[in-house]
Amino acid sequence: MTKSNSLMGKLAVLDGLPEHPAVKAILAWKPDALADAKFEFDELTLTIVPGEIRAAAGTVRSAGYNFFEDMTAVDWHPGSPRFQLSYHILSHAFKERIRLRVLLEDGDPSVESITAVWVGANYFEREVFDLFGIRFEGHPNLRRIMMPDEWVGHPLRKDYPVEGYR
Amino acid sequence: MAGIVGTPIFEAPVAEGSRDQHMVLNMGPQHPATHGVLRLVVEIDGEIIVRLYPEIGYLHTGIEKTCEAKFYQQVVPLTDRINYLDPLSNNLCYCLAVEKLLDLEIPERAQWIRVMLTELSRLNSHLIWLGTHAMDIGALTVFLYTFREREEILRLFEAVAGQRMMTSYFRIGGLSMEPPIDFFDRVRTFIRTFGEKIDEYSNLLTGNPIFMNRLKGVGYLSAEDAIAFGVTGPPLRASGVDIDLRRDMPYSSYEKFQFKVPISHAGDTWARYEVRLIEMRESVKIIEQALDGMPGGPVKADAPKIVLPDREKMKTQMEALIHHFKIVTEGFDVPAGEVYQGIECGHGQVGYYVVSDGTAKPYRVHMRYPSFATLQALETMCKGRMIADLVAVIGSIDIVLGEIDR
Repeated sequence: MTKSNSLMGKLAVLDGLPEHPAVKAILAWKPDALADAKFEFDELTLTIVPGEIRAAAGTVRSAGYNFFEDMTAVDWHPGSPRFQLSYHILSHAFKERIRLRVLLEDGDPSVESITAVWVGANYFEREVFDLFGIRFEGHPNLRRIMMPDEWVGHPLRKDYPVEGYR
Repeated sequence: MAGIVGTPIFEAPVAEGSRDQHMVLNMGPQHPATHGVLRLVVEIDGEIIVRLYPEIGYLHTGIEKTCEAKFYQQVVPLTDRINYLDPLSNNLCYCLAVEKLLDLEIPERAQWIRVMLTELSRLNSHLIWLGTHAMDIGALTVFLYTFREREEILRLFEAVAGQRMMTSYFRIGGLSMEPPIDFFDRVRTFIRTFGEKIDEYSNLLTGNPIFMNRLKGVGYLSAEDAIAFGVTGPPLRASGVDIDLRRDMPYSSYEKFQFKVPISHAGDTWARYEVRLIEMRESVKIIEQALDGMPGGPVKADAPKIVLPDREKMKTQMEALIHHFKIVTEGFDVPAGEVYQGIECGHGQVGYYVVSDGTAKPYRVHMRYPSFATLQALETMCKGRMIADLVAVIGSIDIVLGEIDR
């Protein structure tokens, strides 16, 4: 469904929301880091190339998106790229939320940790590591958080068996 | 997968002289002051906390995974079980997220009843916090008073939803049914005297020198730290950050209500106590406004393929029976997309991230719950303080382990 006020694709967003503080900040910093963008359900999603997420998080933080609210992953198995990381960042000044998105390929997926930008991302990244098996480089304490330490497998992956003996 | 290491119990450093000897203490997971199954590994130097490591996951039930196997409407009862002290806020947040995906218009009456019940639910949550927090400090009496009022709220929930705790009263597209005829009068009777009840708690605690000494200046959290750790709700406002999603990013008609958002700049346990007490008074005002201005009309959206028909219609009209059968057996398709809906519950900001692939079952549901993030700030709040203060601080951040572990 495409709603009348939705903007799909990078060009449409750059065209439709040129004055948006987050878009402006990302463009001023490094236009190449923005892989894709969309504006749907009144929510702006900026897809960042995987290697740049930490710097991108720092950029939107300086642009006024000061509060890290949530972060999680989606497994698009068997699609490609398989993993999607969604960071939800709130601005106390603009009373608005943006979503940063990173797409990762299968096979030991790893991405830079944003704990250097927001300490509070610590538990959220551990949870994604535990349940999806995505590694966060530079995380201070990347251990399982929900499952027991000796657990094998990552339960929220779509190919994780949900029935039968193990 | 490499890099999965053992349980991080601190190695007690064996110092040369006995003066530097630290001890590692396990608090929980069965400790009454941890409000659930939270395990805290505390490294102490005498009575002083040097390091603190929360160990969670004892209550992990995989609700997010379960959601992927259910129809959209079947997820609603699961959300109650996450934060069982504030069940209606969970229902509301999930329903709002799915309604956003469906682009569904909710009747005004349903929105107002949602506001009224969510505020009652917030009172419920704050009453349990106040009772248990005071009990942890040693003021046992308050617990009896707060649970007296909580019982009344639970009776109201039972009247409206048929369930005391796991209400599941909000459904996708509105409410499950019209509230009973005398319901609003009962809420009004309860609310009329509730302000005095708050005075009563306040009289028991606010001037109490023992309570004050245990709370004042304890568990300090600066505004910068609170934002960095992702702390939300009353602890964030007690640190001087003026943000409340009900006022700043209104949902479900909150923009039509007048209320104040209490903040404090002290940032300590006492400030969190004061902020929550004032919040309860503001909730009473919101409920009064909702009762006074309650609009008429239906409580369910006009979407026969999504909302279950009334029982009466289902038994008399063929169309309604077909829709009922289809919704129950096949669910309803939700357009593909991803939404994030944030609301302010009793503990802080709740967020539901729902990803749909266009089928009748959610592709992914992720819940952001405030206690999960707030727990990260515990070490900062307790470091260098006495171990007895830990109990006061845990009580003041008001965690629910059900929502941390999910």
